[in-house]
Amino acid sequence: MSKYYLNYLDELESEAIYILREVWAQFQNPVILFSGGKDSILVAHLAKKAFYPSKIPFPFMHVDTGHNFPETIQFRDDLVEELGVQLIVGSVQESIDQGRVAEEKGKNATRNALQITTLLDAIEDNKVDCAIGGGRRDEEKARAKERFFSHRDDFGQWDPKNQRPELWNILNGKHFEGEHFRAFPISNWTEMDVWNYIQRENIRIPSLYFAHQRDVVWRSGSWIPVSEHLKLEEGEEVHNKKIRFRTLGDITITGGIESEADTLAKIAVEVSAMRKTERGDRSDDKRSESAMEDRKRQGYF
Amino acid sequence: MQLDKNQLLRFTTAGSVDDGKSTLIGRLLYDSKSIFEDQLDAIEKTSKKKGHDGIDMALFTDGLRDEREQGITIDVAYRYFTTPKRKFIIADTPGHIQYTRNMVTGASTANVALILIDARHGVIEQTKRHAFIASLLQIHHIIVCVNKMDLKDYSEEVFDDIRNQFEEFSSKLYTKDIRFIPISALKGDNVVNRSTNMDWYMGAPLLNTLENIHISSDGNKTDARFPVQTVIRPQSEEYRDYRGYAGRVASGIYRPGDEITVLPSGFTSKIKTIDTLDGELKEAYAPMSVTITLEDDIDISRGDMIVKTTNKPAAVQEFDTMICWLNKTTSKPRAKYSILHTTNNQKAMIKDVMYKIDINTYSRNEEDKELGMNDIARVKIRTTRPLMIDEYRDNRVTGSFVLIDDTTHETVAAGMIL
Repeated sequence: MSKYYLNYLDELESEAIYILREVWAQFQNPVILFSGGKDSILVAHLAKKAFYPSKIPFPFMHVDTGHNFPETIQFRDDLVEELGVQLIVGSVQESIDQGRVAEEKGKNATRNALQITTLLDAIEDNKVDCAIGGGRRDEEKARAKERFFSHRDDFGQWDPKNQRPELWNILNGKHFEGEHFRAFPISNWTEMDVWNYIQRENIRIPSLYFAHQRDVVWRSGSWIPVSEHLKLEEGEEVHNKKIRFRTLGDITITGGIESEADTLAKIAVEVSAMRKTERGDRSDDKRSESAMEDRKRQGYF
Repeated sequence: MQLDKNQLLRFTTAGSVDDGKSTLIGRLLYDSKSIFEDQLDAIEKTSKKKGHDGIDMALFTDGLRDEREQGITIDVAYRYFTTPKRKFIIADTPGHIQYTRNMVTGASTANVALILIDARHGVIEQTKRHAFIASLLQIHHIIVCVNKMDLKDYSEEVFDDIRNQFEEFSSKLYTKDIRFIPISALKGDNVVNRSTNMDWYMGAPLLNTLENIHISSDGNKTDARFPVQTVIRPQSEEYRDYRGYAGRVASGIYRPGDEITVLPSGFTSKIKTIDTLDGELKEAYAPMSVTITLEDDIDISRGDMIVKTTNKPAAVQEFDTMICWLNKTTSKPRAKYSILHTTNNQKAMIKDVMYKIDINTYSRNEEDKELGMNDIARVKIRTTRPLMIDEYRDNRVTGSFVLIDDTTHETVAAGMIL
C-alpha cells in the first residue's frame, strides 16, 4: 500500500482545518460558538491548528442560559484566557429581563428554545457574518442534511429545502448584508471520532465528562443533576450516583449516565459499546420527532 | 482497533425506494452497530403509525419533516459507519427529485459509487443515469449490486444476464474498475456475510469489498498543486518576521528544499519549511492542511497557487468544460457569473453551449442552447483573468469549479474541466 495516504482522523482534521481557513478568508466578522461542550472545545483545538503560529483569529461567542453547570463556565473562562481570545457573551437572562422572550411555563419548562432569540440578537449586535459551530451530521436526523457552509436569511432562518449545493471542497460563502452563515467544520465526525481524537490529542475537557459522584434525580429515563434550578416532582428522590455526562447542555435538561469511566481511554471504550445516541439523554430533542429541525429553522445552533 | 492505519472511504448510493437502497443502507448500518436503540425505537414507532409492516428503513435516512410526510428524499443525506478496517461516509442521494443535481453533489467527493439494480427489472434508465454520473465525476470504482436475488431464485443466469446488459454500455464510461455482486439486502445475502444461497458467486460480499477496495493510489501524486487559502502573519514578537502560506495540498508531494513557482505571478523560490502545530514536516501530500514558508519574501495572497517549477498547470482564460446546471433559474447567454476555482474567485461568462447530453440515452443535442435544472452540457467558459487549471480527469481539485449567480449568490452550476 502506498504510504501517501492519511488515516481517517488525520483526514477529518485536515478537512476541518481547511473549512476554518475558508471561513477566515471569506468572511469579515466570524465567531466560534462556544458552549464549553466537547464539540466546541474540539473546534477550538482545530482552530488553534489552522492558524498556528498565529493566535485563533475568531472571538468566542457563548449563549449563556443562566442554567449552566458551574464547571462549564470555569472551563470556558480558563480556556479563553489560555488561548488569548475575546469572549462575547449573549445572556438569556438579559433577553428575559428586556422582555425579548418569556420564560417557558409548566413542568418541562426549559430555556433551550429561548437561546434562539439571544443567539440571533448577539449575532446581529456584533455584526457577525459567520458563526462557526460544532454541529455534527451524525447527531440528529435534521443535522444530517446540513452543509459545511449553511446559509441563514436576514431573519436568521434555515431553509432546509433550499440549500446551496456543495460540491467537492468548494465553499460558497457569498451573502447579502444582514444574512449570515453557520459553518460546521466537524460535520463529518461521529461521536466516536470525537472521542478517539480527543484521546489521541490529549485535549483537556471539563471534569463533567468523567465519572464522578453527584446528587441526581431519575427523570425521563436519565439521571438529572440536582441544582438550584431543579424543582423536585412528587415521588422523585435524590440519589448519590457515580455518573458522567455524554453531552453538556443546560444543567436542567442534561441527563447523566451511570459510569465508571474516569479516563479518556475508558470513555472511548464505553462510547464504542453504547447502544443509545448521545442526544438520547437530552430532553430538548425528545419533544417531537422534528424538534431539532423546527428549532434549526428558527435559527438554533 | 488500529486507529493509526484506518482509512476513510466515501461512497455514494443512488436509487429509489423500490431498489431496496434504504434496506441496504439500513442493513450496513445495523450490522455495523451504527444504528442506536433510541433511533430504532423512533423508527419503529413511526413505521407503526404509518401502518407499515416491519421497519421502514427509509425513515432512518429521511431526516426532514417534509420527507417523512411525503415519503420522498429531498436532499443528499450523509450517513456514517465504522468497521474495524475503515470509516465510511455514505452520501445517500435521492433517485427521483432533482436526481442529477443531488447525484452530482454526492458523487463529487466519493471514492466509490454503489449502483443498485433490481434483479427482477435488470438495467433500466436510472441505472444508466447513475453510471453516467459516476463516470462523469471520475469516480474510480463502481460496485454494481444486483439486489433482490432471493426473488429470482438466486439464479446465476439472471445475474450474468444483467451483468452483460450493464457491460454493453459501460464500455463507454471512464470508470474502468466495475465489480458486480449478487445480493439480497432484505435477506442479508452477500451484504456482510457470504451467501450460502449463491455458491456460484466466487467474489467477496459487499462490506468486505468496501473494506478492501484499494483507494490510496487513486489520487494524483505527480502534479504538485497548493492553492493558497490565507496568509499567516502572527502579531507576536516571537514570530514577527513569519510569513506562512496556509492551504490544503490538492495533489502531488511537497518537501522542504523543493524549487517552486508562484502562479500567476511566476516568482520562484524554495520551500523553507512545512509547518503544523505538531511540528515541521518532511513532506506534505494530499489532502493535508499545512502552512508553507519560503526562502524568499514574495508577494503571495489567497487565490495564488504554489507549484513545483518543473510541473505547472495551464494558465488560461478560456477552456472547454462539462457542466451540470443546479438551479431553477436557467442560464443566460453571455451572462456573467462568479466562478470559484480552488481558492480563486473571478468573473466568468458562458461563451458557447456546444451540446447537451441526454443522460438516459447518452445522446447529444446541439440545438438547445438554454441550460436548466439538471442539464449536463459541454460549454466554453471565458474568465476575466487566467485560472490555473488541470483537466478534471487528472485532478479533481484544480479541474473543478462552481458558478455563482451574482444576483442571488446561489451556486448555479458545477464544472469539470476537459
